[in-house]
Amino acid sequence: MNFDALIDCFSASACVVTQISSGLIIGMLIFMVASGVTLIFGVLGVVNFAHGALYMLGAYFALTAYWVTDSFTVAVLAGAIGTGLFGVVFERLFISRVYGADVLSQLLVCYAFVLILDDAVKAIWGGDFLSMGMPEAFALPPLMIAGGFVPPFYAFLTAFAVASAIALAALLGLTRFGKIVRAAAVNRQMVGVLGINTSLVYALIFGLGAALAGAAGALAAPVRSATPGMGFDILIESFIVTVIGGMGSIAGAFVGAILIGMIRAFGTVGFPLATEGVTFAMMAVVLLVKPAGLFGKAGR
Amino acid sequence: MSDELRVQGMDVYYGASQILFGIDLAVERGATVALLGRNGAGKSTTFKAIAGVAPPRAGRVFMREQDITGFAPYRIARRGIGYVPEDRQVFPEHSVEDNLRIGAKPGTDGAVHWTLERIFEVFPILSSMRGRMAGRLSGGEQQMLTIARTLMGNPDVILLDEPSEGLAPIIVQQIARLIATLRKEGVTILLAEQNMHFCIAVATSVAIIDKGQIVYRGSIEELKHNDDIKRRYLAV
Repeated sequence: MNFDALIDCFSASACVVTQISSGLIIGMLIFMVASGVTLIFGVLGVVNFAHGALYMLGAYFALTAYWVTDSFTVAVLAGAIGTGLFGVVFERLFISRVYGADVLSQLLVCYAFVLILDDAVKAIWGGDFLSMGMPEAFALPPLMIAGGFVPPFYAFLTAFAVASAIALAALLGLTRFGKIVRAAAVNRQMVGVLGINTSLVYALIFGLGAALAGAAGALAAPVRSATPGMGFDILIESFIVTVIGGMGSIAGAFVGAILIGMIRAFGTVGFPLATEGVTFAMMAVVLLVKPAGLFGKAGR
Repeated sequence: MSDELRVQGMDVYYGASQILFGIDLAVERGATVALLGRNGAGKSTTFKAIAGVAPPRAGRVFMREQDITGFAPYRIARRGIGYVPEDRQVFPEHSVEDNLRIGAKPGTDGAVHWTLERIFEVFPILSSMRGRMAGRLSGGEQQMLTIARTLMGNPDVILLDEPSEGLAPIIVQQIARLIATLRKEGVTILLAEQNMHFCIAVATSVAIIDKGQIVYRGSIEELKHNDDIKRRYLAV
């Protein structure tokens, strides 16, 4: 523990800005994975333990696309679309068979694919750490905000995630598709009886969740290295965020992810050995005070 | 006149137990056929089987002479069958208007007869509540909403499962008037009921179901004067 360092940091705006910016990118990456976890759970009723593996796939798809085209835009599109399409196929072939099944069957199917995908990545890309490096478009001098340095890519990543959150909220809240999705989450059979192909809706939702995870993997590629098994930590963090925010709540996932990001960032200054413990402790406190999560509805 | 909807020799099981035994039913275009029977006689199961929610194990279902047996519920709906379940099943956290919009689809002829505006003309009560959460509506209002929501899909045949159940007499009268309106609009109706008087007011012909079998078929006029049938199969 080094609380003096934490107090010193809080008394210097430069340190605060730097830690907030790194906390934001940690949080935003977690949010993009957790929003898919919470969406898939809220609508499909499946806890997708393979969601971290989808994040990993997105990173590797993005790396390959970047090496081939040298364009980060193409890399992000490849990560998102490639992983989204993989998600649709995965849902149709495997996940769709465990709807309504007990959580252990769902866990088994997902965990099998965590192992399969980790090995597939090892077979295709090798087991070494791979790094994209900072794309040229972002190889700029850092932004100066209140005396603190913020890399331009951090600002881009944060803006991208916030835009994704707004787009997702608008899709679910304002469009007919979103209304159908929310109705199907409550009463799938009735939605089907009204002439709506709910299997298609489910596949699209799973694909959307996968695409968000894939985009997160692509966005992580310049700042983290890709390795088989890289999806595990972010999966655990996403589950914590989902629990803190409330199962099925996108807004909850957003707030929860920022909380975790900030604990991580400021924790490295003040309590580097205890950040995980503090994260779990926060989850425990939320569960005690609001068992359904910050934005969750009781009884769900 | 040709049959709009026809059911032939339909058997339905729940698990190992057989619920329906060789159901035959035909609904002519524009007719209002009542399926009468006591509680547990098999009315709801018949409707669920037609709608694809409880697929039949034997027998066939034809819509306009096309075999639709075993189709997924959404495909059956797209063939022009609108199913209004007994327990209403509004989407409680959606507004009245959103409930209606979720049900919207063109009819089998590609046309849209039932727009939101027309629905609100026929159901003025829903118009004044369009922004309200459906879960906050009274039972009668929810019943109106489920019927309206199904109409938004422009069905050729509508299956109404006990629309009068549990409602106050004044609401039941409103529902009866509504069914008369739908008939004038040319909607073919199959109506499940326990309430014989309600059926006499709205239906053109009747089938009686008892213990999973059709035991009587005839016109409403014939049923009115057949006290023996009424005593044996209906709670009169």
